Amino acid sequence: MSLTRNQVEGIAHLARLEITEAQMPVYVDSLSRIIDFVEQLAAADTAGVEPMAHPLADQVQRLRPDAVTEIDQRDKFQHNAPSVAAGLYLVPKVIE
Amino acid sequence: MHTLTVSELAAGLRARQFSSLELTQHFLGRIERLGPELNAFVTVTYERALADARAADAKLARGEGGPLTGVPVAHKDIFCTDGIRTTCSSKMLSNFVAPYDATVVRNWHDAGTVLLGKTNMDEFAMGSSNETSFFGPVKNPWDHARVPGGSSGGSAAAVAACLAPAASGTDTGGSIRQPAALTNLTGVKPTYGRVSRYGMIAFASSLDQAGVLTRSAEDAALLLTAMSGFDPRDSTSVDRPVPDYAAELGQPLKGLRIGLIKEFFGDGLDPAVEKCVRAAIELLQREGAEVRELSLPSLPLSVPTYYVVAPAECSSNLSRFDGVRFGHRCEQPKDLLDLYRRSRGEGFGAEVKRRIMTGTYVLSAGYYDAYYLKAQKCRALIAQDFARAFEDVDVVLSPTAPTAAFELGAKTSDPIAMYLNDIYSIAANLAGLPGLSIPCGFVAEGGKELPVGLQLVGPHFGESRLLSVAHQYQLRTEWHRRVAPGYA
Repeated sequence: MSLTRNQVEGIAHLARLEITEAQMPVYVDSLSRIIDFVEQLAAADTAGVEPMAHPLADQVQRLRPDAVTEIDQRDKFQHNAPSVAAGLYLVPKVIE
Repeated sequence: MHTLTVSELAAGLRARQFSSLELTQHFLGRIERLGPELNAFVTVTYERALADARAADAKLARGEGGPLTGVPVAHKDIFCTDGIRTTCSSKMLSNFVAPYDATVVRNWHDAGTVLLGKTNMDEFAMGSSNETSFFGPVKNPWDHARVPGGSSGGSAAAVAACLAPAASGTDTGGSIRQPAALTNLTGVKPTYGRVSRYGMIAFASSLDQAGVLTRSAEDAALLLTAMSGFDPRDSTSVDRPVPDYAAELGQPLKGLRIGLIKEFFGDGLDPAVEKCVRAAIELLQREGAEVRELSLPSLPLSVPTYYVVAPAECSSNLSRFDGVRFGHRCEQPKDLLDLYRRSRGEGFGAEVKRRIMTGTYVLSAGYYDAYYLKAQKCRALIAQDFARAFEDVDVVLSPTAPTAAFELGAKTSDPIAMYLNDIYSIAANLAGLPGLSIPCGFVAEGGKELPVGLQLVGPHFGESRLLSVAHQYQLRTEWHRRVAPGYA
């Protein structure tokens, strides 16, 4: 087992995912197998190889003119929000 | 009408043999009758379809419209559709009504197509069997006990069962090509950047690309032309003219240089599948193509590379689902952290959570260099292998998947076995290359005939050549014309 339960709990916390007590052993097992599986990359000779972040090597991020192009659609966008009031998104109290 | 290809339907519409409304009602009737047994659709857009069809008929009556005007299509439920529920087959988005259209949706709409509905898929496109959907698995029309492939499994089943003449899909590691192979369709994943990703719910942004599932290469050419093009709303969209792919299908097979990837004809490949692919190679050779074997030694790194890069990007992309602005929110959160953790824990299914956690781990402090950076270097090796190959050949050919469709539930408990399904398709995504799958035969399993697909991969922006090879092959074979028993 390459990952411990403690480690998986730490990952779940970083990812902000609640994992139930019953599911935890399943994730410890399957994540360990996945990490073991990708471990084989360590054997590849990548000396002097530049990491590739984008599939088209000669592409550069475009810049657009700094102009207003969007219209205000707040009500439409907030239609999907679980809880809003007066155009604001509502969450549980953050500061006591 | 339902077994006609898109080009045949378009000709019938222009000749006024049938109206778009008649055609649309015919497909809606089939979806209503046959859709539930396959679970191919998440949402059927009856009213929208009829409105689109009436608009198309009005255009056709005025002598206007293009080659797709009035042709019904379906969209994978990963594409945002303005005013229509867009779920990504996740509980997280099960009530999400998109506030805008994806560019792919807009482009096909502008071409005059009729929207029949939104198709089922693996949750957030993470899966190879369409079994991770919150709305349940999709069945393969060729054998209901088997998977249609994934993640575009609903689109594949819908087109294979003639519930729609064509459907959109997305392909991050094989999600168009593998289901196309498993359901006897033509499936095309274009070059990264060819089709806009705007409004396509992101999984792994450096790999995701939209494409089509159809019953012929000619249909794929028509629909890909309409789908493609530069989009200022996608920062990775490539500003480069779109060829009329349908007009370029006549390129000859004679003199075509085909490379066979040695690494993709080895262990793990079902001999019955290999036999079909070898027969197709012989046919292409007889028609004047030159075939040579190539070794791309870094390709065996594809699957482990992908399962670092894709989950890393997924963990970042899916952090937007926070239970605050849209998507599922848990009941009675006691504080903000509890809201995040439970909304995400409840809203995502098991495979999505597994990938988010894999990605979180490989990006975390102390592991980034060993996993993520290393995988990006391996990705460069894979891309270099292909670049070298395309100095000598025009296309590379392999099976699309190592086996025909497998049984529902066969691989759900073993993520690695499931991941290895995409062993031949993933490399094209890592290198950003165009690829397609076409039907090339059948194998008999459990008393059923199951389709087999072959994959062609070309250099960047080589879609035109790939489609022409596929079309020329289809002019000489009948495999792609076969429809699953009970659906013809």
